[in-house]
Amino acid sequence: MTRADRTGRIALERVTQRFPLPREDREFTAVQDVSFDVDGGEFVSIVGPSGCGKSTLLGLIAGLVPVTAGRITLDGRPVDGVNPRLGFVFQRDALFPWKTVAQNVGLPLLFRGVDGAAARPRVADWIARIGLTGFERYHPHQLSGGMRKRVALAMTMVYEPEIVLMDEPFGALDVQTRNLMENDLLEIWAQLRRTVVFVTHDLEEAIALSDRIVVMTASPGRVKAVYAINLPRPRSVTEIRFHPDFGRLYETIWKDLKDEVRIGYERSRQGRAG
Amino acid sequence: MATSGVDKVARAEIRLWRAGLLAAFLLLWEAATRRAWVDPFFVSQPTVLAAQIVDWVRSGFIFRHLFVTMEETIIGFVLGTLLGVAVGFAFAHWPTLAHVFDPLMVALNAMPRVVLAPLFILWFGLGLLSKVVMVISLVFFVVFFSTYTGIREVDRDLVNNARILGANRRHLISHVLLPSALTWIFSSLRTSVGFALIGAVVGEYLGSHEGMGYVISYAESMFNATGVLAGLLVLMAAVIAIDVGLKRLDARFSYWKPVPK
Repeated sequence: MTRADRTGRIALERVTQRFPLPREDREFTAVQDVSFDVDGGEFVSIVGPSGCGKSTLLGLIAGLVPVTAGRITLDGRPVDGVNPRLGFVFQRDALFPWKTVAQNVGLPLLFRGVDGAAARPRVADWIARIGLTGFERYHPHQLSGGMRKRVALAMTMVYEPEIVLMDEPFGALDVQTRNLMENDLLEIWAQLRRTVVFVTHDLEEAIALSDRIVVMTASPGRVKAVYAINLPRPRSVTEIRFHPDFGRLYETIWKDLKDEVRIGYERSRQGRAG
Repeated sequence: MATSGVDKVARAEIRLWRAGLLAAFLLLWEAATRRAWVDPFFVSQPTVLAAQIVDWVRSGFIFRHLFVTMEETIIGFVLGTLLGVAVGFAFAHWPTLAHVFDPLMVALNAMPRVVLAPLFILWFGLGLLSKVVMVISLVFFVVFFSTYTGIREVDRDLVNNARILGANRRHLISHVLLPSALTWIFSSLRTSVGFALIGAVVGEYLGSHEGMGYVISYAESMFNATGVLAGLLVLMAAVIAIDVGLKRLDARFSYWKPVPK
């Protein structure tokens, strides 16, 4: 099966998103004319300066917010509201603080009407996969940041979504935990082969993880370039950095990215929306 | 940590100070009235007060009145809380409702309810009902505003996450909105329980033939300072008991929150 035949394909066609700025009587354009495709089972990262609309794009693909103009399709069907075949790992781990680890991981199954007997082994399986067996009855506030992130990941993967959207999921973690989590993610992805759209501002992370990288411009976000990352798999994020092509890719993409980062930075210093 | 030796010493010391100050105050009061520096007719006397309370407890007199006050307080408190939570939820659920009735709520809340007590007595009689209405009118607004805020302040990421994970409206209320609002509701309950008791006592004070408000009002009309102060002490003890109970209940429902340092 080639990638294009798999389910979990995403297509963005000239997607534009504007938000009204209520106090200023004008609109803010978050993203403009963004078009790109993601194949089924592909790992695509979106990089760009802060405020370039990366997270906005994920919200649009997830169907949390309707698009202003343009079209987004999942396997050919236009996005219309929240899609149950899709998973989302938020920047802040959006765990339910009043529920235990097991209850959090089981929540999507409960929402989907999977009965308790069928849900229990799946929940136990995912808790084991993220290495938190024995922590089932803990509440989120009793866990470290890395553990909470893993719970969030299990909560998303337990219902086996065909598409997983990740919004800077590891941004708040320390470097060591982060590398471990990235490797875990790659391993899970290699096993399940779901489509992943991964938003990050860390170019090294994007290169280490992805099949392709979409570089966005400073606000309003447009697609500046798309790069294929043909580094060998399976990868280890700590070791792939020493691959001879890694530095070359980094240099090429960074050349594109750095102007945008500078523009974004200048704008934020002037206090403009961006 | 709370169990460390240094902290234990500090806490014992604080207790000692508290007990010492209270003892000093009572001694000074007793001495002042015995040596006739102050007339006990106006300020009573600790020993006389204690004797009065013991007498009330022995004869069972106080329990009848305390029971009436507690009955009004609890009925009004429960009804006011349920009503507050329900309306708070309705407002959060239907924004139009909130927009239409928001000024009315603010206006009603601004009204001093204590002054309305005579009207309630006029409308609902000298018995239980007028006091319950009084209590509801005080408790409702406290609970309503915190429920409404609690639901509106719910973490947007959590709501979005629940939607992505497949929650429908009912799921959203029972798994996200209600648990998140519970914290706010509970903190408001501890405030409103004090209001509830005030409501019941004020109602009794202004027109009733039983309850703690009546006991105090009767003692007052007899120029019996001991009776007034003893009544107040009994009320104080009741509020503290309820507050301790609610604190425990709050801890039960907040097991998931980090322990405050």
